[in-house]
Amino acid sequence: MTAVATPSPTATPRQRNGLIGFNLLTGIVLGVAGWWIAYLLGGLIHGASIKAFSETGQNDIQILLGYAGGVLGFLAGLGFANYPIRRVLGHPPEIPTHEIDEPGLAKYFRISTDHKIISKQYFVGIAIFFFVGGLNAMLIRTELLSPTTHVFGANQYLTIVGMHGAMMLGMMTSGMIGPFANYLVPLMIGSRRMAFPRIEALTFWLLMAAGVVLVSTIFFGGFQTGWTGYEPLSDQGTAGYDAYLGFFTLVSISMSLLGLNLAATIVTMRAPGMTWSRLPIFVWSVLATSMLMVLAAPMLTATLLMGAMDRTADTGFFLPGVGGSAFLWENLFWVFGHPEVYVLAIPGFGIVLELLPVFARKPLWGYRLAVAGMMGVALFSFFVWQHHLFVSGINADLRPFYMLSTEIISLPTGFTFLCVLGTLWRGRIRMTVPMLFCLGWAFNFLFGGISGVFNSDVPSDVTTHGSFFVMAHFHYTIMGGLVFSLFAAIYYWGPKMTGYQFNERLGKIQFWAMFISFNSTFGPLFAVGFLGMPRRVVTYPSGLTGLNVWVSISAFVLGLSLLFFLWILVKAVVFDRIPAEDNPWHSKSIEWQLPTPIPAYDFNTIPTFSGDPYPYGEPVPAAMGGEMPATAGAM
Amino acid sequence: MNTADHTPHFRRVALLWLIATAILTPIVIFVFGPGLPPGNGSAQAAGQVTDNTVLLALSVPVAMAVLVTLGYEIWAFRERDLTGPVLDGPAITGNSSVQMWWLIITTSLVLFLAGFGSVRLLEDGSGGGQGPSPLVNPAGYKHALQVQVLAQQWNFTYRYPGYGGVETPMLELPANTLVEFHVTSLDVVHSFWAYQLGVKADANPGVDNIAYVNTTHPTLINIHCAELCGVWHGYMFQTGKVVSKADFASWIQGAQKTYAPAAKNLTPYSKTYFPSPLGRGA
Amino acid sequence: MARRTVLTLSATLLVIAAIAAYVFLYLTNVPGSATAAQTANGAQLNLATVPAAATNDPHPTWVSYYVTNGQGTGWQHDTTFVVPAHSLVHVTIRQYDSSSGLRNPFISQATGTVGGTFTLDGKTMQAINPDLASHVFAIPQLGVSVPLAGIPDNAKNACGNAPCDPSTTAHTTTTFTFRTGAKGLYRWQCFVPCGAGYVLDFGGPMQTVGYMDGFLKVV
Repeated sequence: MTAVATPSPTATPRQRNGLIGFNLLTGIVLGVAGWWIAYLLGGLIHGASIKAFSETGQNDIQILLGYAGGVLGFLAGLGFANYPIRRVLGHPPEIPTHEIDEPGLAKYFRISTDHKIISKQYFVGIAIFFFVGGLNAMLIRTELLSPTTHVFGANQYLTIVGMHGAMMLGMMTSGMIGPFANYLVPLMIGSRRMAFPRIEALTFWLLMAAGVVLVSTIFFGGFQTGWTGYEPLSDQGTAGYDAYLGFFTLVSISMSLLGLNLAATIVTMRAPGMTWSRLPIFVWSVLATSMLMVLAAPMLTATLLMGAMDRTADTGFFLPGVGGSAFLWENLFWVFGHPEVYVLAIPGFGIVLELLPVFARKPLWGYRLAVAGMMGVALFSFFVWQHHLFVSGINADLRPFYMLSTEIISLPTGFTFLCVLGTLWRGRIRMTVPMLFCLGWAFNFLFGGISGVFNSDVPSDVTTHGSFFVMAHFHYTIMGGLVFSLFAAIYYWGPKMTGYQFNERLGKIQFWAMFISFNSTFGPLFAVGFLGMPRRVVTYPSGLTGLNVWVSISAFVLGLSLLFFLWILVKAVVFDRIPAEDNPWHSKSIEWQLPTPIPAYDFNTIPTFSGDPYPYGEPVPAAMGGEMPATAGAM
Repeated sequence: MNTADHTPHFRRVALLWLIATAILTPIVIFVFGPGLPPGNGSAQAAGQVTDNTVLLALSVPVAMAVLVTLGYEIWAFRERDLTGPVLDGPAITGNSSVQMWWLIITTSLVLFLAGFGSVRLLEDGSGGGQGPSPLVNPAGYKHALQVQVLAQQWNFTYRYPGYGGVETPMLELPANTLVEFHVTSLDVVHSFWAYQLGVKADANPGVDNIAYVNTTHPTLINIHCAELCGVWHGYMFQTGKVVSKADFASWIQGAQKTYAPAAKNLTPYSKTYFPSPLGRGA
Repeated sequence: MARRTVLTLSATLLVIAAIAAYVFLYLTNVPGSATAAQTANGAQLNLATVPAAATNDPHPTWVSYYVTNGQGTGWQHDTTFVVPAHSLVHVTIRQYDSSSGLRNPFISQATGTVGGTFTLDGKTMQAINPDLASHVFAIPQLGVSVPLAGIPDNAKNACGNAPCDPSTTAHTTTTFTFRTGAKGLYRWQCFVPCGAGYVLDFGGPMQTVGYMDGFLKVV
C-alpha cells in the first residue's frame, strides 16, 4: 500500500450545490428522456423474422430498449459519462477526488467516491426498496387472511408475490454488502478508499435504477411468474415481465461489479501488516461473498439476455418444440440462484462473528475454522443447485450426488456455529441490542439450517418441495439470518455511521417484538407446508384458515416491529441527535479508534497493523489449555 | 477472573443436553412421528413419513446441542453489571480437540444422512418424478398400471393407455396396485402433487416424467399444482380417489362410455405432446 | 425542532398516500360484475366472445368475453358473473371469433352441463371437432366445460372489435345449462390457445382476469 494516492482535500474543486449540475434530478430528467428516445427508436425496428407485436399490442423491443435508454440517460445525468469523455478528449487520468466534508444533504444526491457516503446512500436506497418489498409481503398476508380470492385481483396478487421475491432477493443481495462492506472494508484493512471508487458509485446507482424498473412493472400489467421466472411461463408474460428482465439484469451487473471491486480492494489495498491471518472476519466474509457475486451473477446476466432474445428476436432457447428446453432456464437460473442465497447469508455469518468477540469480551474462537467455514460454504454453493430440481423430471441419476453435496454444505455452516458457541464460552457476555440480534440470528439460522436438511433429503423433499415448508425454510435463513444480522450491524455501527446514539431501551423492545413475531410468523408455516399448501397460491383449503390467519396477524406485528425501528432511527437522527461516543462498545477494532463521525479521509496516516485482530481477553495460563494471545492492539 | 473459574461448565452442558435429548427425542418419534405428512396413502408416502421422522429425531440432538449450549452460556456467562468497568473474559482462541470432535461428529452425521437418503431413495423412488429414464424401477414395474397426467393451463386431465387411451377429467386409481405416472405438460411447467400418495413430479412440455407409487387403501387424494404456472395456479387443484379394484374396473368402463364423444377426437397416445401451436405470431 | 416534525410528518403522510394509491388504483383494480337475469326456470346469462375488445379498451387487440342482454346487445365488459346458489343457470354465448383449435382435444366434449350436452346454433351436441373450437367456457371447480365453435375463416361479415351486432355479423350461438352448488367464488377460463402473438398463444388475454378469465360468484 502506498500513500501516494491521497490528494490534498483543499485541492478538490468545490462542486456546485444547486439543482443544476450532475445530480439525481438531472439523472431523472435525462432518464425519462432516454426512455422515450430509445422507446421511439425501438419502434422503428422491423423485420420478417421479428415477432409480430401487432396482435399482442405490446412491443417488447421498444420496452426493453426503453429501459436500456432510460438507465443510460439516468447514469449520464448523474455524471457517469463525464470522466470517460474527459479522457477521450485527452485530459490526463485523475485520481477520484473525495467530497469535501461539506455540510448539508446535497452530497447524497450526487455521485460520490467517498465510500462512507456511498454506504449511506446504499443504506437509505435499499431501505426504501426493502420497505416496498415488505409492504408487498404485508399485502400478500392480507390476501391470505381468507381461503378465497377476496381483496386483490388474481393477476395483482401474483405480481405482488413476484415483486416481493424479486425485491428482496435482488435488492437485498446488496442489503448487507452495500452499506456495511462499502463502509467497513476500507476502514478495516486500512485503506482510504475502495479500489475502484467510481465503480463503487456506479453499483449503487445501477441498483436504484433497477428498483425503479421493477416497480414500473405495475404500469405494464405486472408479472405473474414469481422471482424465479420459470420459462416458458415468463415468455407468455405481458410487458410487465420486461421489467423483471431489466431489473435482474441491472442487479446482476451491479452485483458483479460490486463483487469485483470488493475483492480487488481486499486483495490489493491492505495496509502494511494487514496479513491474511489478521484480516477481520467480516472482511473474510465479504471476500467469500464477493467471489460468489463475481462468479455467479454473470450467469444470470447471460440467462436474462437469452430470455430477452426469446421475447424480442424470436429465438427459442427456452421453448420446447423449437429445440429449446424449459430445463435450460431452471439450470442456468439456479446455477446463479443457489450461490445467490449464500450471497445473502455469508455476510451475516461475518457480522455475527465480528460482533461476538466485542460483546463476549474474548478473542474470536477458532478464527481459521470460521474462515474455512465461510470459504467452504462459498465453494460448495456452486455444486448444489440441482437440489431445486429433485422432482423436475431432469435426469435423475445425479440425485444422490446432489443430496450429498447439499448436506455437505451443513459442515462449513456448522463451523460458524461452533465458532459462535466457542466465542461465547466463558466470556463476559454483555447483552446489548446488537448482541441480542446476534443471538437471535443463531436461534433462527439453526432452525433454517435444520429445516434445510429436510429439503436436501430426496424422499422428504418430495413432500416439502414447492410447499410453504420451503418458503418457511428460506425465510428462516434469510429473514431470520440475514435481516437479524443486518439489524445487529445497524445497531452496532449505526452510531458510528450517523454520529448519533440509538436508544438502547427502544432497541431492546424492537428486538423482542421482531424476534417473537418472526418466529410466530414463520414457525407455523412449516406446519402449513407439511399440511399440503403449495407456494404462491391465492386460495387454500379452508382447513388451513386458522393457521393462515395466525401467520398473517404475526406478520403484521413483524411489519410493525420493523416500522418501529424506522421510528427509532428517525428519533435518533432527526429528533434526539445525541452525539455518539467514539467507542461506545469498547471495541478494539480499528474503525472504533477513529473519531465519530469518521473524517473524510479516514486516516491521517495509513495505519500499520500488528498482532491479533481480536485482542480481547486476559491471558490464559498454559495449564488451562489456552494459547497465549498476541498483546498488540490493532493500531 | 474467569481464568480461575473451575466450575465444571462443560460437564453441566453435556448433562443438560443429555437430559433434553433423552426427553425430547422419544416425544418427537412417538408423538409427532405418526402425525407427520404425508400419511400412509401409499407405500411411498409411508416411506416419506419414515424419512421425515428419522430427520426430525436426528435434528433433536443437534438442535439441543446448540440451544442448550447457547442457553447455558447466556445464563452462566452473562455480565450482570453493565455499568461497571468493562472486563474481559479469558483469551481462549480455540481448542483443536473440540474442533476435531465437532468435525468428526458433523461429518459422520452428514455422511449418514446422505447414505440414508440415498438408500431410501433407491428402494422405491420415493414417489418423486424421475424423468423419462428412472433411476429406480420398483419390482414388477413392467406390469404397473400406467396413468398419464396431462397438465395444462390450468387443469389436470388423465389418460389410461391400458384402457384404450381414454382421457378423463379426474383421477381414480385401484388400491394395492403399482401405478406408473407419466407426467407431462401441454404448455408451461407445472408440478403434479398428489398429497396423500406422496407423489410430486414436475410436468414439463415435451418431457415424460415418470413417478411410481404403490397404492394401498381406498382414500381421497388432494391434487395440487406445485409450480407457479400462471394466473390460475392457485386454483389448479382437484380431488382424486383411490378405490377398490372392482370399483376402479367399473369406473373406468363407465368413463370409456361417458367420454366416448371426446375419445374419437383425441390424438394417439404418446409419451409427450409438443405444444402446438407455438404461437410466435408467425 | 418544529420544522423537523413537520418534515417527518409530511414524509410519513406522503408514503401513506402512495401506499393507498398503490392499493386502490392498482391492486384492487378488478373488472366489475354482472348479475344474471332471473327467469322462471333459473338464471339466464348472456355472453359474447369477440376477436378483439372494444377500440377504447386498454388492450384493443385482445380477445375477450363480454356480457350482453338477451338480444345480444347492451355490451358490458365484465367477467364476474353473479348467479344464485343451488339452481340452474342457462347460458347463451354468441361467439364472433374464428377457430383456433384446442391444444387438448379432450376438451372438445362438453362436461358438467345438464345432460352432458349443449346446443350449437340450435343443434344438440356432445362434442365438436376440436379444430373448429374458437373458445371454451369452463368452470373447472364445477366440472363444467363447453366448447364454442368458431365462425368459418372465410366468413364475409366477420366482426372486428366489440361490440358486434348479432344481426349483421357472423357468429355461432351456443347454449347450455348447468347447476350451481354452494355459495362461493369459482373461477372460469377459456382452454383454447387464443392469446395470439404470445408464446403458446396463452399469454395476455388468457392470463388476465377480465378478458378470457373471470369468476362465477355464487350467492
